Amino acid sequence: MKKQDKILTVILLAALFIFLIIANLFLDAYIKRVLNLCAIYTILALSMNLINGFTGLFSLGHAGFMAIGAYCVGIFTLPISVRPANFYIEPMHPAIANVELPFFVALLLGGVLAAFFAFLIGAPVLRLRDDYLAIATLGFSEIIRIVLTNMQSITNGPLGIKNIPTTANMWWIYGVTLVTVIFLVLLISSSYGRAFKAIREDEIAAQAMGINLFRHKILSFMIGAFFAGIAGGLYASMLSTVDPKNFIFTLTYNFLLIIVLGGMGSVSGTIISAYIVTAGLEIMRFFDEPLSIFGVSIPLFRPGLRMVIFSICLMIIVLFFRNGLMGNKELNWDMLRGLFSKRSKRIKGGEAR
Amino acid sequence: MTQGPILETKSITMRFGGVVAVNNLSIEVNKGEIVALIGPNGAGKTTAFNMITGVYTPTSGKIYYEGQDITGLRPDQITEKGIARTFQNIRLFKKLTVFDNVLIACHLRLKSNFLTAALRFRQYRREEQRMREQSLELIKKFGLEKYKDDIASSLPYGLQRRLEIARALATQPKLLLLDEPAAGMNPKETEELSAFIREIKDEYNLTVFLIEHHMDLVMEISDRIYVLDFGETIAKGTAEDVQNDPRVIEAYLGVDDNA
Ligand SMILES: Nc1ncnc2c1ncn2[C@@H]1O[C@H](COP(=O)(O)OP(=O)(O)OP(=O)(O)O)[C@@H](O)[C@H]1O
Ligand SMILES: [Mg+2]
Repeated sequence: MKKQDKILTVILLAALFIFLIIANLFLDAYIKRVLNLCAIYTILALSMNLINGFTGLFSLGHAGFMAIGAYCVGIFTLPISVRPANFYIEPMHPAIANVELPFFVALLLGGVLAAFFAFLIGAPVLRLRDDYLAIATLGFSEIIRIVLTNMQSITNGPLGIKNIPTTANMWWIYGVTLVTVIFLVLLISSSYGRAFKAIREDEIAAQAMGINLFRHKILSFMIGAFFAGIAGGLYASMLSTVDPKNFIFTLTYNFLLIIVLGGMGSVSGTIISAYIVTAGLEIMRFFDEPLSIFGVSIPLFRPGLRMVIFSICLMIIVLFFRNGLMGNKELNWDMLRGLFSKRSKRIKGGEAR
Repeated sequence: MTQGPILETKSITMRFGGVVAVNNLSIEVNKGEIVALIGPNGAGKTTAFNMITGVYTPTSGKIYYEGQDITGLRPDQITEKGIARTFQNIRLFKKLTVFDNVLIACHLRLKSNFLTAALRFRQYRREEQRMREQSLELIKKFGLEKYKDDIASSLPYGLQRRLEIARALATQPKLLLLDEPAAGMNPKETEELSAFIREIKDEYNLTVFLIEHHMDLVMEISDRIYVLDFGETIAKGTAEDVQNDPRVIEAYLGVDDNA
């Protein structure tokens, strides 16, 4: 990295820091929540992009991995004193009833468990034909939700868990997001990241170059699942509740939209797009509410319309903007400088005339 | 070191349903040799390569590398043992840069795990540095330096073939398999290629086993030649032996109108 770029990066981080201080002090709770959600979606989309965009696998299991992390934090950070009030239909299973973990430990445990489940699904599928990965992960994410709904004494079943300590404030969420982004960028730019891309480009050639396909695919898949678990943990703590309905597999399509829009194989594209899509989904909420103009209710506006619009967006992107915002390129300082100097030139040109 | 041949196939056969692509092929390649495998289209040459490199497991027969049975190993395991190859229809990592193409082929010798690599531990930084130096050296050697940061698919055809050889060498092989390295080259380029193959063979201490249709190239550089036709080995020996073999002449006359 050039010295100037280093300075710019430090300035950017400082700006983020100052922004967080200001946001924490002055923004209202709703906007803060949306900003937090954007960061959490960034982790989810980036980790999914590692699997789908960088390694060329097709996984649809992110909602499931996220659920594992969310429940881990929900169950283990819930103060023992409030557990009876939560688990009133059936008391918590004695094996875990008195286990309370610090937030960070529960968060990591959620990630590790998600990675473990990724191994269980990935080991048979990735060894044979990874065309089946999409089906297997989709099935998994539905099964995990059904299991969570039915393990009454562990997950409190369909009632979900409430009053989870909201340890994950803006600092936690942005801190973890920053660490995730840095880790994934470093991983992708390492020799392992190059091996992932080689597999994406041409499996036969990659294997002929001595790359163990199974080992690298499962590695990428497990790392992706790990971070999905982490994001799920942050999500649970941010909302202070978990509910199996939060993790319906359509949630995964949100992340898919983010990475397709941002560019399969672009970290910066994914980050930008995570903010656009998450904020967009919030803004589009009004589509789901009944709408009446001059007393005439428009029948189109009903719950679900948001998802229709959403699917149309996805189709338009896939049909007309194959590469998304960034393709597989990365935003860097040189590019920004280029943009800036072009603009300043244009301004100067305008002055000259 | 083992005294026997570096590569030996013992009557390997490959059947695809009813088609016998290669039948009872027995080949020996000795250390330091350049051996060619020739034959008309569809004779089973590429299939033989695919068996040796683990893409296909032979229906029957055994393959030995440095005296070790490698039959049924995965392609990456075979590459790790020291056999590298190029493909008849170039298979570069098309959207990646020339440099990355070569760098990726160094990955198999990496000792760091993904964590120490991502966290840029000292050991990894050293390994990365070494891989970059090696790749750069290869790229220079192959005259690709000025295309270093270009996307592989943007190179002219001949250079893509070169890059594929450079990439294969980055895996640090002892035995190099080339599947029609001169395909699509004009006579001058072909001549340069044959000199180049000799040069890299000496410089990197290689044994070369190649498939080729350009007879001038084959006759000029091969120590020994095997001839396949419809999966059967119809002749073997020096260039002279093979050229005068009536069955070879017949096989080629039967297929090539301009032979
Ligand atoms: N995977 C496969 N499935 C079925 N048949 C195959 C397969 N691979 C090769 N064959 C058949 O095996 C025979 C030999 O093919 P191969 O590609 O080995 O020939 P070749 O000698 O390399 O020919 P060329 O000079 O055209 O490259 C052909 O008849 C081909 O159709
Ligand atoms: Mg062939």
